[in-house]
Amino acid sequence: MIRVVLPFHLRNLARVDGEVQLDVPAPVTIRAVLDKLEEHYPTLRGTIRDHGTLKRRAFVRFFVCKEDLSLEPPETLLPDEIVSGAEPFLIVGAMAGG
Amino acid sequence: MSKIRVLVGTKKGAFILTADGKRKDWKISGPHFAGWEMYHLKGSPADPNRIYASQTSGWFGQIIQRSDDGGKTWNTPGSSPEELKSDGGMPKGESNKFVYEGKVGKHLWYDGTQHPWEFKRIWHIEPSLTNPDVAYAGVEDAAIFKTTDGGKTWKELPGLRKAKGNLWQPGAGGMAVHTILLDPKNEKRIYVAISAGGCFRTDDGGKTWKPITRGLKSPYELPDPDAEVGHCVHRITLHPSKPDVLFMQKHWDVLRSDNAGDQWNEVSGNLPTDFGFPIDVNFNEPETIYVVPITSDSLHYPPEGKLRVYRSKTGGNEWEPLTKGMPQKDCYVNVLRDAMAVDQLDSCGVYFGTTGGQVYCSANGGNSWNAIVRDLPAVYSVEVQTLP
Repeated sequence: MIRVVLPFHLRNLARVDGEVQLDVPAPVTIRAVLDKLEEHYPTLRGTIRDHGTLKRRAFVRFFVCKEDLSLEPPETLLPDEIVSGAEPFLIVGAMAGG
Repeated sequence: MSKIRVLVGTKKGAFILTADGKRKDWKISGPHFAGWEMYHLKGSPADPNRIYASQTSGWFGQIIQRSDDGGKTWNTPGSSPEELKSDGGMPKGESNKFVYEGKVGKHLWYDGTQHPWEFKRIWHIEPSLTNPDVAYAGVEDAAIFKTTDGGKTWKELPGLRKAKGNLWQPGAGGMAVHTILLDPKNEKRIYVAISAGGCFRTDDGGKTWKPITRGLKSPYELPDPDAEVGHCVHRITLHPSKPDVLFMQKHWDVLRSDNAGDQWNEVSGNLPTDFGFPIDVNFNEPETIYVVPITSDSLHYPPEGKLRVYRSKTGGNEWEPLTKGMPQKDCYVNVLRDAMAVDQLDSCGVYFGTTGGQVYCSANGGNSWNAIVRDLPAVYSVEVQTLP
């Protein structure tokens, strides 16, 4: 199972507590995880990536095993630690900078 | 006895204030959608338990929320398990999908170039007067969308952007359709106002639109002060019994039109300053109107630090300050364009919210005021429902 950690406001919107667990078939890419997440929680559509273009929203970041994959292509394969569920896929609201 | 429900959108959530017809003892619920910017909430005149809300965030974009029980519970429209699967089994979840119709097109940008329209957020939702499943959304970048299925899906009425949209140019506050007025006597007639865009009317249900700006003058904002588009209209309003009479608070100037916007005339009269944002009409007196003068476009707070609503009982030109119950020194809040509303009781209630988080109520047409609540986040919008 893929473990996904959502930011506070998206957890509230999706009405989930804690981590989300998703069964994502191989190959496990950034896009595959987001597709599965939106399939299970359709209210999240448009909040992480744009409806039409599926581009990541500007102030949403993807952290994986202490790496920022936000700028990597959606087809990027996720590491074994994510696929095995040892590490979570973090969806983060970027720092406001205030 | 009638009941009043005040819907308050703030920078950090929504609040619902309720009282009986005396409008003295208030209950406050909220924050709903805590931490989100709530640009606007409005109830359906056809079904007061149905309330639409615009929930938005710089991080996570636009969400539409809907309540069918008067604000007790909320859902994104179309989010029941059955509704969320399309025929192919794929998720839908399209209540926040706002995609411009056809070729996106471009408008004037700050540097004089043409810039593509980009959806940012919804400033205003105007439910139909007769059908609770129909509502209009005023969006930034400026356009109008319509839902006919209770907010599950939205479709642009693209004719608005064909009304010289290529010449609209965002101001510092963005370029948004912030006001939508539905004519209660003519369902085909709709008015919209756009900051730094102007004022527009459709007479065919939204297919075609035309600028209605004759008589507006903007000598300090536009190179051509009589331009057809580009005027910074802050708010327009009408009384349901006389829908051809419109009142406008422009960037500078308060104006009225007696012919559905075909010609405007200034009625600023003796106001201490005619800059401001909201304008509204007394429910029982179609020629009694209210504005909140703000010092200037550079100083967005009341003149002399005195919070004053000004009332004209003559449809403009002759104004009186209303101060009883409001701070008359050291007050430097603003009142935003969608943050004033009236109720429909015999003694008309007038309500407004401030950027300092106060929501004021006058239960006597403005003669005296009380703060229902004082320490909310900055108030973006105030709407009032008069319930049986």
